[in-house]
Amino acid sequence: MLETILQNVINALQWGSFYALIALGYTLVYGVLQLINFAHGDVFMVGAYIAFFVATFLLGIAGMPGWMALALTIPLTMILTSAVGVTLERIAYRPLRRKGANRLYVVITALMCGLILEHANLAVLGASRKAFPPLITETVYNVGGVTFTNLKLGVIFTAFAVFIFLHWVVTKTRVGMAMRAISYDKFAVPLMGIPMDQIIVVTFVLGSGFAGLAGLLFAMSYPVLEPYMGALIGWKAFIAAVVGGIGDIRGAFLGGFLLGAVEILVVAVFPSSYRDLFSFSVLLIILVFKPTGLFGIAKTTKI
Amino acid sequence: MLRRYSVPMLLILAGGLLTYCAYEEMLGLYTLSVLMFMGINIILSTSLNLVNGYMGEFSCGHAGFMCVGAYVSSILGVLLFTKDKVFGEPWLDPSLALYAFPLIILAGGAAAAVAGLLVAIPSYKTRGDYLAIITIAANYIIISLIQNIDTVGGSRGFMGMKSVISSMEDAADLPWMVIWVFIFTVFTVWVLRRYVSSTFGKGVSAICQDEVAAEIMSVNTNKIKTISFMVSSGLAGIGGALFAYVIGYVNPGSFNILKSTEVLVMVYLGGMGSLSGSVLSAVLFTVLLEALRPLQIIKWIVIPLLLVVLMQFRPEGIMGNKELGDIFPWLKRFYRFK
Repeated sequence: MLETILQNVINALQWGSFYALIALGYTLVYGVLQLINFAHGDVFMVGAYIAFFVATFLLGIAGMPGWMALALTIPLTMILTSAVGVTLERIAYRPLRRKGANRLYVVITALMCGLILEHANLAVLGASRKAFPPLITETVYNVGGVTFTNLKLGVIFTAFAVFIFLHWVVTKTRVGMAMRAISYDKFAVPLMGIPMDQIIVVTFVLGSGFAGLAGLLFAMSYPVLEPYMGALIGWKAFIAAVVGGIGDIRGAFLGGFLLGAVEILVVAVFPSSYRDLFSFSVLLIILVFKPTGLFGIAKTTKI
Repeated sequence: MLRRYSVPMLLILAGGLLTYCAYEEMLGLYTLSVLMFMGINIILSTSLNLVNGYMGEFSCGHAGFMCVGAYVSSILGVLLFTKDKVFGEPWLDPSLALYAFPLIILAGGAAAAVAGLLVAIPSYKTRGDYLAIITIAANYIIISLIQNIDTVGGSRGFMGMKSVISSMEDAADLPWMVIWVFIFTVFTVWVLRRYVSSTFGKGVSAICQDEVAAEIMSVNTNKIKTISFMVSSGLAGIGGALFAYVIGYVNPGSFNILKSTEVLVMVYLGGMGSLSGSVLSAVLFTVLLEALRPLQIIKWIVIPLLLVVLMQFRPEGIMGNKELGDIFPWLKRFYRFK
């Protein structure tokens, strides 16, 4: 009994780590720009594909050993994915922001950019699924009936490390201070000599970079890639961010693990096809009773 | 005189002509089906415009309500009028299908309106981005609920609607689907026009302008939101029901977020808060979709790209929030738009 519980806890932690990593990107961008970057789930998908190409290249053509390929794939994937995120910001979001367009238009643009990424991928690479090459040999540990692999531990460890890093960035560094300033008052910030566009680019770099990392880890854990993989997991990570109170780093992190736990619990009891039903119902219920999420603060509206 | 009767006359004429052409088989089946999809798209885009345009909320789960309407009316139709593997013998005489068909479609709409409460009730406390998420969640909840009900086929889908239509055509040999799609399209636009131009409907625009101020001005925002969401989703349900009968087959996968996005594109292409814009963009969009069909998957790059470009250069859509009568004033001689 205890073993089953512990096993499920580990599974939930691993599954929640992916949600948490992606939700952090949502929440960073939302915290700074009040923009739901709906393309973020697809940036995650692009990250997984970039990781696939980089890893196949390094393993196959360059002929590196697995550990060395992994050590190079992580930074390369993160850099390339953040390039995708920054490109989106430059091409689609920044012109709208400069014009002072309604937030709704930016949200629609984000939604459409996500669709473009998905279908461009489908058109370029075809509908066939890609198998991710194994980078490290998985070792299965068994402690008192609870089994886990080194990969699972790595995923959970990475999620925690990223959370601590981002929390440090936002609360302790000058860049983080500027981010908080932008979210506090967008109009006063440029007057204080803070380069707003640069800070926003940094935000997108951080968010998309960690989405790329999540893509790499996801592809290593579930080594099948398809163009629609980002859509559903992106929505769900967004749920995680909302449940935690969007705009708050701690909220996104906790929300990710909460959602992971709910889904693993549902799968443990019901058939797995009920997973989406339950996770979206949880979202609906939380939003009805606590519309600002767990860590969110209700804002007063002025007329 | 001219103002009162010109548009009804025109509609009767157009409907009659369409029916005649379909009856005499002057139009090919392909053209007819494109025309029917055009009607359904008009229903969908105008009904979403009520929420996204007039009320200023951002609902992106319209396909979920379509799904409810489609399933409820398909199941009712098959249950009542056809012999089916799952439901057995028909409960009523198949020749009655002729008279009951509009009721079945309306029942689908009513069920979808009830499903609209799923979004309407959370909308009392949340708005903006959070409400957008709720609509997406509602879409996913509806789809995965139906996927998990095995009696209606689960994710394999549900069929048998063609035989309802053929029993209608046995009773009286007319192109019934064309007629009903036309009638319900006109019905939808009429209902929405009456709704938004009524005194009660002014409250909808008031919510769009400023919800708090509207509430202070004694607009019952919760009531208006509930009714607007229910009207919008109910009409979407009618659209979905017609969609199911036109295709003759439904599966939950065809009502996913992509379908909702299609409707969103139509609304924003036409202009928020403009019924004639929505009608126009639905027509344009259907034609565009058919024209781009040879491109296959590229179609789904072109359409979002179109919207991205539109958002950059003309975010208010083709018509803005103007009606056709504001752009071509001479049309006002024939019709009162507001």
